[in-house]
Amino acid sequence: MTPSEVDLGPLWLTLRLAGVTVIVLLIIGTPLAWWLAHTRSRARTAIEAIVAMPLVLPPTVLGFYLLVLLGPYGWIGSASQAITGSALSFTFTGLVMASALYSLPFVVQPLHSAFESIGRKPLEAAWSLRASKLDTFLTIVSPMASRGYLTAIVLGFAHTLGEFGVVLMVGGNIPGRTKVLSIAIYDHVEVLEYTQAHILSAGLLIFSFLVLLMVYTVNRRLPIHVS
Amino acid sequence: MSELTARFNVVFPSFHLKVKASVPAEGITVVFGPSGCGKTTLLRCLAGLERAPDGFLALGEQVWQDEAHNIFLPLSHRPVGYVFQESRLFPHQSVRSNLLYGWKRIPKSERRISLDQVVGILGLDSLLERRPTHLSGGEQQRVAIGRALLTSPRLLLMDEPLSSLDVQRKREIMTFIQRLDKEFRIPIIYVSHALHEVVQLARTLILLKEGSVAAIGPLAEVFSQVGSRRVIPDSHIGAVIDTRVAGHDVEFGLTTLTFSGGHLSVPHQHSSIGESLRVQILARDVSLVASPPAFQTSVLNVLVATVMEIGPIEPDQPFVDIKLDIGCPLLATITRKSLAILQLHPGQKVHAQIKAVALTHDSLD
Repeated sequence: MTPSEVDLGPLWLTLRLAGVTVIVLLIIGTPLAWWLAHTRSRARTAIEAIVAMPLVLPPTVLGFYLLVLLGPYGWIGSASQAITGSALSFTFTGLVMASALYSLPFVVQPLHSAFESIGRKPLEAAWSLRASKLDTFLTIVSPMASRGYLTAIVLGFAHTLGEFGVVLMVGGNIPGRTKVLSIAIYDHVEVLEYTQAHILSAGLLIFSFLVLLMVYTVNRRLPIHVS
Repeated sequence: MSELTARFNVVFPSFHLKVKASVPAEGITVVFGPSGCGKTTLLRCLAGLERAPDGFLALGEQVWQDEAHNIFLPLSHRPVGYVFQESRLFPHQSVRSNLLYGWKRIPKSERRISLDQVVGILGLDSLLERRPTHLSGGEQQRVAIGRALLTSPRLLLMDEPLSSLDVQRKREIMTFIQRLDKEFRIPIIYVSHALHEVVQLARTLILLKEGSVAAIGPLAEVFSQVGSRRVIPDSHIGAVIDTRVAGHDVEFGLTTLTFSGGHLSVPHQHSSIGESLRVQILARDVSLVASPPAFQTSVLNVLVATVMEIGPIEPDQPFVDIKLDIGCPLLATITRKSLAILQLHPGQKVHAQIKAVALTHDSLD
């Protein structure tokens, strides 16, 4: 069997899932991390704990509750069914939502600590130079937090690549829709197709190494050392 | 002349800031007091970084905060420049980008101060392309001052901008700050806990004590009050006098200064004739003689003075402060015993012997 006969569908699906998940997480994670870094609210500790939950929860537990929530009888699933005509379990959208929740701490925590180490001082300086809050965020905070963003993106992406339990629970194993790489490898191993399993696994291994290598190289060359 | 009017009453966990003050929006106003008396907090209230409930703040006709009418401009909407204790330059930008950060953000029509001007006066020419992390403390603080100036502020707030610098840099930047006042005519509120900075820079003085105003007014007045002992350390009590260089005596190595009360001879100064020089005559350096000194004295500066006010006599204190008029106020510290011997009373003519004149520009250490 040659590599060309290996079904690469799961690979593209996985990359797409990880990419979309990271984008969603940056959009949600930035304001959340900002709030955590700057709020004096008492709710902060509770929110921090909730964000960290996926770190300690077995993926199957998370997957199970998500399946219930996103399915046709869950709150979110039934709302989706009313609007779009279908529930979210066993769909790509459902997978993105599940992955985002599962990888949330890997994006929020690096951003949170980046924002915290920048502190209030540069912000006050920017305000005194007539910059609005949004302007300050775009021109001062985000460049100063670039290492935090890089870490968040890589960890979020890599963590989504490797997830298995949540995906299996929420997405099932539908080729082209929810069958991601880790599940495809599992399937191959189960029917003793070790060659295909090897090709996919080695591919993922090399890809992960290259990504991390690139990140560390870029990180070393970044001009800003905030922390 | 427009005024800066502020009313703040804020309770913080550690202290209570209670300030009601009006100062001329002109020249340098120094807010002086020991560490922890609320100076920085007052400055932050002026900037809008702290919001005092029931606060009021106006510069001339412009109201920046009036809680009674629900008015509060955030810092980014106030024409204020803020120089922090640490320079707070943006580490990811060059000196030039730092300088232009605020300048780019004000309307073209409000740009009264140009990059060239600031670079010239602050000597930043060779630093423009560098990163802030490659600058010395003094250079960083100069860039921070320049960056604030380039927003053409109507009010410049400075929070102990010299505290992290060595003596040489302090002297250098102090000279810059004095030039700012003269060249750009921007009123400055300058927070300090160093008396020599107060004496050299202040036109108006606000003395803060435990969050409240202990004394306020033109520097010369505050320093020549007989009650100033309560708020100023003993070693610094004494009248501050603005003089001009009148001439140099090369033979004896002296310089003559002229002021509203006459002349003073001081050791030679490297200043040209006509230049203004601020001096302080410490009260402990002034002795009083009831009749003209019959015998010759080694003291060069002897001035005719009228006794204005005799300070409060404290039974446990051997000393008492006397306020004199020599054409301007002068303070003298004498013993209670001398007071009894000379039988001083207001209106009496005496001779004040001035043993030393402190030139504020070299009292930096």
